[in-house]
Amino acid sequence: MKILVGYKRVVDYNVRVQVKPDGSGVATDGVKLSANPFDDIALEEALRLREKGVAEEIVIVGIGPADLTAHLRNGLAMGANRAIHVTTDGAPQPLTAARTFLKLIEKESPDLVILGKQAIDDDANQTGQMLAALWGRPQATFASELAIADGKATVTREVDAGLETIEAELPAVVTTDLRLNEPRFIKLPDIMKAKSKPIDVIEFDSLGVDSGDHLKTTNYAPPPKRSKGEMVEDAAGLVAALKQKGLL
Amino acid sequence: MSKILVIAEHLDGTLNGATARVVSAASAVGAEAIDVLVLGDAPDAVAAEAAKIEGVSRVLTVTRAENAHMLAATAAPQIAKAAEGYSHVFGPSTTTGKDLMPRVAALLGVAQVSDVMTVESSHVFTRPIYAGNAIVTVEAPADQTVVATIRSASWKAAASGDSAAPVEALELDAELPTHTRFVQLKQDKSDRPDLQSAPRVISGGRGVGSKENFDVIYKLADKMNAAVGASRAAVDAGYVPNDMQVGQTGKIIAPELYMAFGISGAIQHLTGIKDAGTIVAINKDADAPIFEIADIGLVGDLFKIIPEIEAALG
Repeated sequence: MKILVGYKRVVDYNVRVQVKPDGSGVATDGVKLSANPFDDIALEEALRLREKGVAEEIVIVGIGPADLTAHLRNGLAMGANRAIHVTTDGAPQPLTAARTFLKLIEKESPDLVILGKQAIDDDANQTGQMLAALWGRPQATFASELAIADGKATVTREVDAGLETIEAELPAVVTTDLRLNEPRFIKLPDIMKAKSKPIDVIEFDSLGVDSGDHLKTTNYAPPPKRSKGEMVEDAAGLVAALKQKGLL
Repeated sequence: MSKILVIAEHLDGTLNGATARVVSAASAVGAEAIDVLVLGDAPDAVAAEAAKIEGVSRVLTVTRAENAHMLAATAAPQIAKAAEGYSHVFGPSTTTGKDLMPRVAALLGVAQVSDVMTVESSHVFTRPIYAGNAIVTVEAPADQTVVATIRSASWKAAASGDSAAPVEALELDAELPTHTRFVQLKQDKSDRPDLQSAPRVISGGRGVGSKENFDVIYKLADKMNAAVGASRAAVDAGYVPNDMQVGQTGKIIAPELYMAFGISGAIQHLTGIKDAGTIVAINKDADAPIFEIADIGLVGDLFKIIPEIEAALG
């Protein structure tokens, strides 16, 4: 079985992103970049399937500028067999990303595609669902458990009401939630090994993808600030403050 | 003029409260018609409920056995068909809406605007990115259907009136795939108020320390008639089930009163509570980031403070 994993690079989750004063974007110069946490979980799940003997090959996919190579090397060091780097100038919107993945699926014919449920930069939560629609295949989003057997995936999903289990015939798209697994740390010898693993570089324009970047972002603003409130000394003071606000 | 199709969310024959919030957002667009679409195997009760929401022009029902459980793979082709003639298709930013709506958008070949906070005009919206650390204004093309999910915490529910909009059955000629099957839904049945709509929420974090210790949180919540939430740390540690998680990737809520016990306040958690009316933080650590946004803060041991609060409540 072959697994395709989306491996996006984003601003590290510990960074408190600041909006530029002129509202033209967020300040990303010199900010630490890391793998999207949900994508690390996606890759980890694929690695575990390979370790169980369910999968043989894991291909990670990155879409982005030329300097994405180092990021993809990290994914290879974590254990992916090879990488595909689709080179673009900027970050494509989810519909374009989904169409790009579809082109790669046509080339690679994977049995399973695992993506993060959302990237923590645009928080869109769309690409996996869009890809499944375009591919005409099942989607199992927000996965917290994944089992593969008899040509199907049985997926437990984290939903508002609790935990939902669905069955999806392969090939299918699975998107990861936080509790699917805990990704491994990269070890030094693996970084050395990763240097000899192949990265296919494909120019975005050569794929013939019809751009789906339909949304225009016209302004960036900082969120409305909540001002620091009052500190109370004890429970009695707390209850009094709540009563004063009419909340009790 | 805009014509908006709102996708109703429902479970066990009851309309989810998020639907009335989506209707509010649709009203803000200034539409000539707002129709609510109910997919179900027996949608009549839900449709009757939806028909009472103020601002709704019509309720459309699609009755099919495949709609017994909402699956994106089978619901999306029906919605894409039903969307013909509409300028906008709106759904809630619940897990169901987030699963479903991008699949609809892709079938229509259009982009999706996720988590709409405000409507600036029929095709201009604001939405959060970077866990709410930035709010962007996005413009959708005027010549395409606008598919969007509506961030529930940003919108008040449209009121339910006495009059009812007409309910019409819709026959859709949509071929549905059989590659995806519902197996089961495990719900934690609780008599407590619903986390996403309760006016009061009491939350616990890592500082609560164990599953057993969480009883003090439940007890206070019951005394205050509040829903119970939790931080990611508390869910990860197994103190409480996943459906109680509040934050960027959990539930985004806007209660009148939010009380956080033993929650340090990672940005991912704060993004889930920013719209709360009053935030109260109780934490041992005076430097915990949650105090930066709390309206009322109290430094101390939650196990000592909770009984004192209960005593003061009488």
